[in-house]
Amino acid sequence: MTAAAVKVPGQVAAPSPDTRPRRAWRRALRRPPAFVGAAIVLLFVVAAVGAPWIAATDPVRTDWSQIRKPPTLAHPFGTDDLGRDVYSRVVWGTRISMQAGVFAILLAIAFGVPTGLVAGYYRGAIDQAVMRLTDAWLSFPFLILAIGLVTILGPSLTNATVAIGMAATPTYIRLTRGLVLSAAQEDYVQGARALGGGDVRMMFRHILPNIFSALLVQATVSIPGAIIAEAILSFLGLGVQPPAPSWGTMLNTAQQFLETAPWMAWWPGLAIFFLALSFNLAGDGLRDFLDPKDY
Amino acid sequence: MLDFLVQRVAISIVTFFLITLIVFAGVRMIPGDPARVMAGTDADEAGLQEIREKYGLNDPIPVQYVRWLGLALRGDLGESIRTREPVVKTVAVKLPITIQLACFSLIIAIGIAIPAGVFSAVRRNTVWDFLANAVSLGGVSIPSFWLGIMLILFLSVRLHLLPASGFVPLFQDPLGNLQRMLMPAFVLGGALAAVLMRQTRNSMIEVMSANYIRTAYSKGLAESVVVFRHALRNGLIPIVTILGLQMGTLMGGAVVTEQIFVVPGFGRLIVEAVFTRDYPLVQGVVLITASTYVLINLLVDVSYSLLNPRIRVKGSASES
Repeated sequence: MTAAAVKVPGQVAAPSPDTRPRRAWRRALRRPPAFVGAAIVLLFVVAAVGAPWIAATDPVRTDWSQIRKPPTLAHPFGTDDLGRDVYSRVVWGTRISMQAGVFAILLAIAFGVPTGLVAGYYRGAIDQAVMRLTDAWLSFPFLILAIGLVTILGPSLTNATVAIGMAATPTYIRLTRGLVLSAAQEDYVQGARALGGGDVRMMFRHILPNIFSALLVQATVSIPGAIIAEAILSFLGLGVQPPAPSWGTMLNTAQQFLETAPWMAWWPGLAIFFLALSFNLAGDGLRDFLDPKDY
Repeated sequence: MLDFLVQRVAISIVTFFLITLIVFAGVRMIPGDPARVMAGTDADEAGLQEIREKYGLNDPIPVQYVRWLGLALRGDLGESIRTREPVVKTVAVKLPITIQLACFSLIIAIGIAIPAGVFSAVRRNTVWDFLANAVSLGGVSIPSFWLGIMLILFLSVRLHLLPASGFVPLFQDPLGNLQRMLMPAFVLGGALAAVLMRQTRNSMIEVMSANYIRTAYSKGLAESVVVFRHALRNGLIPIVTILGLQMGTLMGGAVVTEQIFVVPGFGRLIVEAVFTRDYPLVQGVVLITASTYVLINLLVDVSYSLLNPRIRVKGSASES
């Protein structure tokens, strides 16, 4: 529905129509933390896209004369054990983290949402089978499942992303199914069915758009989890392989030099923390923005 | 009540069998000859033949699955490739260490989360509430392994207050054990506390708006009596479920925490097994972890229904 109210002839239009998007916008304005969160997320996106310009130093170039040097003007975050610029590695690491976090969740949505949609819409035997399988899948702790999958697939960024995505899929199946179950009872769905809408049309034209906002909120709050999971897998040596700049692998190396080069541990960790925090803030705000019931 | 129990147990059994299927299939999906996968790279042809005989790898896959499941149910999860020790025995040595770590973390998490959650719910929209929420949000966002590294940096490297890593058994040196367990338990418990605190706050806010709370207040009862005797008892019920569901996160968190603090527990065992491509060990450890999780949540659901008669009547706990 658009913001433009349909003018009924003979009726006086309100001077400022208090439409839904406008109300939501005002509600959002009252939530500065969400704005700050969204702004920081955007900043990270800019850093990820513009890494070659923001951090001109090659993140994998080693320099034996600059090994483990504290922060200076030339190297604002210091250098690491191979003389690489930590600032440049943190900026380029944003790419890997964002990529892994966003693609893992997109993968989970791509598999989870249609499955949940079908299970919730048809119910019965399909639903039972899908839900029992989801229960079993959810019984593997997220990280242990991801580690297990990486063991099968072999350690790499792509495989870590796939593993995290697969580990996150059942959450979306469950969420979608639950939402579909309640949406299918709504009058507009019953009405559309009475008009002769087919199953596919019902699911994708009538139900999906109405549960979309809840899925979007879930995606925003599960991306930081996926980003941290990628960092953990890389930290354990199961994700991004050296010398590629990843926050997790950087922290793994940094742990060996805590006494002599603590700055190596500060920046990648702070980067993960701020990215996760801002996604969480933005997600909380988005929930209020899209779901007036909870507010 | 009995119906609910039977239904709940039946679902858990189905889940367990699906888990065994997934774990079995998972190891089969590793490319290459399963006998070589199980025997390790240095096994000779005779060794491979022995493995094929023992695990019946020449039989059809469904037969293999049934045999493997039979052995697993009797407690035989095969042998570690590296140490040649039975998987079950290796796990039995490592598990108590992680259970101790998990118990400490739980104590820390509950000790922080419940009082903080109750306090911010009772003093809703005050500075304290805001502060508690901010700390909780920070706790959810902070990567626990980085928190661990920072604690080592400040408390061990800089201030020399606590040993950075290592482990001594509890009964051998209780003080040394506590000193070494404190940081890992805090890292693991802190993450859990952040989640629990939010849940406690939400749950308490809901309970505090109930009519019987207003009645209790209007009877002239002191605030502490109303909060702790009337509200908290009901407010804690959903927390028990959350705690059960968070056990998985705790087990996953133990993997990283034990890695950072060099605690020779279950979590470190998984990582070692993955790196040495010790597939029987990985398979066994993953199977045990998932089964434990199902068992814990079955117990939580059953105790939940005992605590909360409403669930028994509706019998719908398994739906959510």
